[in-house]
Amino acid sequence: MSTEQILSSDGLPLEVSLRKAERKNKLKALFLVGPLFLFLIITYVFPIGDMLFRSIDDRKITKMLPNTFTAIEKWDGQNLPGEPVYAALYEDLAYLKKTKTYGKIIARLNYEKGGFSSLIKKTVRKLGKFEDGNYKEQFINVHKRWGQPEYLVALKNAAPNWTYAKYLKGVDLKFDQNGDIVQQPEDRRIHKILWLRTLKVAFWVTIFCFILAYPISYLLATLPMKYSNLLMICVLLPFWTSLLVRTSSWMVLLQQQGPINDLIVMLGLAANDNRPELMYNVIGTFVAMTQILLPFMVLPLYSVMKTISPSLMRAGKSLGGTPFVAFRKIYFPLTVPGIGAGSLLVFILAIGYYITPALVGGASGSLISNTIAYHMKSSLDWSFAAALGTMLLVGVLTIYWIYNKLVGIDNIKLG
Amino acid sequence: MAKNKEFVKFDNVDKSYDGKILVVKGLNLDIEEGEFVTMLGPSGSGKTTCLMMLAGFETPTHGEIYLDGKVISNIPPHKRGIGMVFQNYALFPHMTVYENLAFPLRVRKIPKDEADKKIDKALSMVSLHGFEARMPMQLSGGQQQRVAVARSLVFDPQVVLMDEPLGALDKNLRESMQYEIKHIHESIGVTVVYVTHDQTEALTMSNRIAVFNDGKVQQLSSPDELYEKPVNSFVAEFIGENNKFLGQVSDISGDKCKVKLEDGTEILANPVAVKAKGDKTKVSLRPERAIIDPTDKMDNNHKGKIEEIIYHGDHTRLRVDLLGNKDFILKVPNSTARLDLKKGNVLNIGWNSIDCRALDPK
Repeated sequence: MSTEQILSSDGLPLEVSLRKAERKNKLKALFLVGPLFLFLIITYVFPIGDMLFRSIDDRKITKMLPNTFTAIEKWDGQNLPGEPVYAALYEDLAYLKKTKTYGKIIARLNYEKGGFSSLIKKTVRKLGKFEDGNYKEQFINVHKRWGQPEYLVALKNAAPNWTYAKYLKGVDLKFDQNGDIVQQPEDRRIHKILWLRTLKVAFWVTIFCFILAYPISYLLATLPMKYSNLLMICVLLPFWTSLLVRTSSWMVLLQQQGPINDLIVMLGLAANDNRPELMYNVIGTFVAMTQILLPFMVLPLYSVMKTISPSLMRAGKSLGGTPFVAFRKIYFPLTVPGIGAGSLLVFILAIGYYITPALVGGASGSLISNTIAYHMKSSLDWSFAAALGTMLLVGVLTIYWIYNKLVGIDNIKLG
Repeated sequence: MAKNKEFVKFDNVDKSYDGKILVVKGLNLDIEEGEFVTMLGPSGSGKTTCLMMLAGFETPTHGEIYLDGKVISNIPPHKRGIGMVFQNYALFPHMTVYENLAFPLRVRKIPKDEADKKIDKALSMVSLHGFEARMPMQLSGGQQQRVAVARSLVFDPQVVLMDEPLGALDKNLRESMQYEIKHIHESIGVTVVYVTHDQTEALTMSNRIAVFNDGKVQQLSSPDELYEKPVNSFVAEFIGENNKFLGQVSDISGDKCKVKLEDGTEILANPVAVKAKGDKTKVSLRPERAIIDPTDKMDNNHKGKIEEIIYHGDHTRLRVDLLGNKDFILKVPNSTARLDLKKGNVLNIGWNSIDCRALDPK
């Protein structure tokens, strides 16, 4: 590249005048994109960011027990802490009692360790009878748990402004008394099972969708227009029906006295009093999710197959390849971008699927998103729900990244 | 070894796609071994259908096709051993040039070193040495076309079919590829069946041309015969430029006949497709056979008025009003002896009856 600057005829550097000439167009483009950009920021970036933030944010409790946490920071966590910690605790609790806001710390401390609920309630009730000085003894007299180091360790663990404890909980780990990361007790390890089940269901749903969608897409791409349009409507029709309606109709079909079970009994595959359970378990989840996600596999496959010229298969055959060889060596490799796009789409949608497993999945067919919903609506542990959601998001991005490394995202074709 | 005159034989072949319309009607066509035969015709004339039946992608509704004496109707396409070049090349986009050429050899289980030799030979034939590792997308249209030709030849097929292979190329490239394909055919002597709607292409390349129209072969003959001696008015009008007069035979004797035109004038013509007096006819005359101010004696001499002058570089075309035909075309070579060509001038035009063919009236 030459270092000499090229000038336009009015003496300005060429680059400057080019920028000037294009400024108007750029502004116009920005103006057109603006609404969508704002919409995305308000409805997507902001709430998602807030959610991610919530999963590690632990400042609420820090603000409510400021003196306690400052004092407890100096404690080594081995023997019982000294008088200053208890004094600070008294000060904080007295304030919370006066403002009647102590209820809020109970839930938070209870996540840390069970038993805090009764401990705090009893202590606050007796707080009026406390005398100045020697708070440590008075606390232990009110409730013996104040003399047990593990409760004070739990208190200390709740002290930092930021925590990743929720993420540990998401993979069945926790901090022990010493602040080391250990596994949850065996009977409380439920999230790992859920993660694995979610991955398994998403994987198999993707496989089933692929097996069903490939021939359909082939037909769609090769049939004459008047038949392929009809078939396309058949593929899209369920797509236009409400998700809830479709899932509920699967409930009608799959129930124990439903038509599919009737058919199985009629064919003699099962006794009438021993009808197989097709719903409220993982089978129901598989069947309904495969049907619902099928169009997401059909459409990318179809759009890729549509671009494959029929003369390629003919060329393969005329060059001596049997129809099978021509398919395997020519047609199939050319559909790989479509398979990749469809599988990625179906897998990512399946991994976060919620309504269908909630309705037809039962206990053994519920997925990680159902747990997230449970923590959002029932247990109200929003920060844990946020942590699970974040892990799901990271998982999806990881899959996307791996796919990009293996196949290359440029090879994806959606149409 | 005597060449098989009926190496490829269509025997009374019919083809219908919908059970209502015959796309190919009672086709009979013999192709000699090593011959370059072109199927030429307007779109929808059934020529591509014939090629597809020969390749095995369509089955004849009636009749048989023979290849080297054997009926091939029951042989699937991949066992026919026929090479094919497609209209849009049909190169496998996910394979390199080498892999494209290796495909027909691999499915035939030819050992690698032998296959490499064949690929080498085929690529040098189309002068594409050193392009083995390229993907088809990285090649220009002409190069892709050459790869397609090389691929159709690499496994030494008995017959190579080409379905409008040059249709997508620009004019200059098309012309040079025409010569190239012709030379390849001459050097290896394979039988080629070529389909095109471009008559120049057909005239340049072929040993014989089968002119298709309406599902039938209208004429099968060498390029010069096709141009000089068309047997019906469709061929006369389809191939090259043609001046036509409609009329009725008023007298016929030996190799000459008199045709009375619509404006009442009588001209002498060569009775090709007329039998008797009173037959309706369309008389065909090539523009270059009509001469302005003839010095030699000619059996037809008439006056015509210049209606339009079109300059064409190497020649000038005149549209002349002659004997009631306002679209009579004359070609005047751009030589130094320029005539005084002006719109409205009246010219003396003469031609011989032998060049003036009285054909069917259609």
